[in-house]
Amino acid sequence: MSASISAPAEVITHVHLESPDARRARLATGWLIIVVGVVLFALSFSAGATATFALSDAFDTVQLPSIALPAGPVVVITALLCLAAGAGLVSGRLSRTWRRVANTVAGLSVVLGFLSWAASSSTLPFPVSNQLAGTVALATPLILGSLAGVVGERSGVVNVAIEGQFLNAAFSAAVVGSVTHSIPAALFAGVLAAVLTGMLLALFAIKYLVDQVVLGVVINLLSSGLTGFLFDQLVQPNSSTLNSSPIMTAIPLGPLADIPLLGPVLFDQTILVYLAVISVAVVWFLLFKTRWGLRVRAVGEHPKAADTVGISVTAVRWQAVLVGAIFAGLGGAFFTVGSTGTFVKDITVGNGFIALAALIMGRWHPVYAALMGLFFGFVTQMASQLQTLSTPVPSQFLLLLPYVATIIAVAGLIGRTRAPAADGQPYVK
Amino acid sequence: MSTAERTAGRSAFAEYVSRHWRDWAITVAAFVLAMLIGAILMVVADPQVSANFAYLFTAPQLALGGAWAKVSSAYGALVVGAVGSPQALALTSSKAAPLICAGLGVGLAFRAGLFNIGAQGQAIWGALTAAYIGFTFELPYGLHLVLAVLGGMAAGAVWGGIVGWLKAKTGAHEVIVTIMMNYIASGMLAYLLTTAAFRRPGREDPISPEVHPTAALPSIFGQFHFGFILALAAAAGVWWLLERSTTGFSIRAVGANPNAASTAGMSVAATTTITMTCAGALAGLAGIQFALGPSANGAPVPLTLGLVGTVGFDAITVALLGRSRPVGIVLAGLLFGGLDAGGLAMQSVAQTPLTLTMVLQAVVVLFVAAPALVATILPFLKGRKLKPAAALTGGQA
Repeated sequence: MSASISAPAEVITHVHLESPDARRARLATGWLIIVVGVVLFALSFSAGATATFALSDAFDTVQLPSIALPAGPVVVITALLCLAAGAGLVSGRLSRTWRRVANTVAGLSVVLGFLSWAASSSTLPFPVSNQLAGTVALATPLILGSLAGVVGERSGVVNVAIEGQFLNAAFSAAVVGSVTHSIPAALFAGVLAAVLTGMLLALFAIKYLVDQVVLGVVINLLSSGLTGFLFDQLVQPNSSTLNSSPIMTAIPLGPLADIPLLGPVLFDQTILVYLAVISVAVVWFLLFKTRWGLRVRAVGEHPKAADTVGISVTAVRWQAVLVGAIFAGLGGAFFTVGSTGTFVKDITVGNGFIALAALIMGRWHPVYAALMGLFFGFVTQMASQLQTLSTPVPSQFLLLLPYVATIIAVAGLIGRTRAPAADGQPYVK
Repeated sequence: MSTAERTAGRSAFAEYVSRHWRDWAITVAAFVLAMLIGAILMVVADPQVSANFAYLFTAPQLALGGAWAKVSSAYGALVVGAVGSPQALALTSSKAAPLICAGLGVGLAFRAGLFNIGAQGQAIWGALTAAYIGFTFELPYGLHLVLAVLGGMAAGAVWGGIVGWLKAKTGAHEVIVTIMMNYIASGMLAYLLTTAAFRRPGREDPISPEVHPTAALPSIFGQFHFGFILALAAAAGVWWLLERSTTGFSIRAVGANPNAASTAGMSVAATTTITMTCAGALAGLAGIQFALGPSANGAPVPLTLGLVGTVGFDAITVALLGRSRPVGIVLAGLLFGGLDAGGLAMQSVAQTPLTLTMVLQAVVVLFVAAPALVATILPFLKGRKLKPAAALTGGQA
């Protein structure tokens, strides 16, 4: 897919040596952080008196106090922290560890500074627990979807059809859940639907050598049409029997769930959220610690070499696409049985594409892709929270942040994103 | 007799037929297979009809008759709604015009080896700008329309050009960038519709004021309007650009082999940027059709969130079916425009949801994309060479 992004030759890096690529990325990141710092500094003049953050909502058993921060000074301090971190990165005198520290400090400062500024314009407190809960709910399908992409693309099959897999899975889960009143059956149906969609993808991409991006777009169209047609014709007229699935209930993990603030967010969730977290570890283990994963990566980087040593490129790619589809199915089921239990047309509203973005931003690595999914979930939730607080910045712009960030990432401004070498290239023996 | 003599002895038409008959046959076969799949889907999704299939062996006339009634009434309504009357033909033309424009945008990019998934965003910018010019300014007839059309095309060109420039400058993959640009465009539209400049006075929902009649595309007969002529002119322009101009030669050369084109002294970066800018302008023209084309009541539809629908994605299917050739795209646009127009009739007359046409489009393109699959199902279409990717995107990409 990104064959045009040329890979520079391997360079042996010593402490004092830096490849031109890494240097460019470091400078670009540093300057970007400096610009953000300047913007934050400018914003500090328009900040209100206090920014209030509510740590508990009214229904929590343990009530934590709300935190009131002096908005002006907080924004100024975060701006200065950003400027310092950016200057440190640009100077090039930081060691590897300190560079990481600088990046982390800058990231946290931006979030805290921006939130303080936004929250200070409203008298209502910013609900931190809602923010965290919403992040988890929005990120779960993104994480599962991006894992589907990671497994497929590591084997060299581009998956633009995550959106279609989501839709088919969401639809099947809702209908089967409504008919059987069983969550496991609904989840199974969702996974099955996504695997069937994956089979379509694999058949046309691997056997019939159709351009994989074209194929992904067409499969998305087909899925939208198919679920839309079945919904209009069959499901909507009988919505009480076919579109009222039971929804998953939260499973508290013992005493961990009673920890204030973090307990309900991390340890009192539905099975799909736990599965998403486990899946990240599973995919990481599969790809990097098993013989199968090595084969998948070999086939995705250099199929001819893999074929020469006796690995069946076709078989490995089929397996990778179908294994990936399992995760996409779980993610798709989350839209229906994981939330309201009912399907509406195009319920996934482009989440498949955001999952694709998370996968690219996460550099085709399961853990980073999951972190990017969390980040996108966080930003999206923040945008809707700020909308209810009616803050000065139009929340529509915040909603666009994941997309802008992805463009910046693929344009190589922040680090280099390199796809598996044979990503998107059909293999003909 | 040498090859050259033999070729010279044939007419151009015979030459064309001998080279392309399989393409046509596969397209027709794909369409027939898609209609079959659509028919199966209709029968399965209708409980009253599919229930009769329990008696398939005891009372076949009941099961098959019911199915036949259902399918024939739906497809009958589809055909009548698409070509059955002058009004239907006018509706088909108005549905086809934006598909042709955006399809040209996608197809032109294909010829340069670029995959423009961003026609959606480019069309949104085209519609947004044209509508803004249309409802904000008070200008005389003629001038107003020209300004609105040029403004919309320019906006689309900029939105597409950014992608080409990024690709040329940094190697950012155009597929990812255009997908993201689509979302940014629709986000910007959602934002702009909340601002005073775009929102209709006295309304809380995101809807713009009505476009002044001076900026509307003039109607020729009902919904058959000047925009369709513009679409045909755009197709002719793209044909000229690709087949008769130096730029077009660069576009095709870069699409066929960027390294060879670069060695021959062409600038791949410049060609990429120019191609995406032109593609954006064409998709912008598609957006203009939605913003300025007369609706059933004669006046253009005001700007809303969903005004351009999914034209950018439908355009991909149009470009693929049209093999990225201007004439092919016009024919494919008319076909899918007819499906859209007929789908509306099918929905109201035969109570078969419009979404069926989406399934038909996707299945047609899937089959066209995989000629080997069609040849497996219908062995008489088997030929010597069945190049999948080349068959789709006009020999390149």
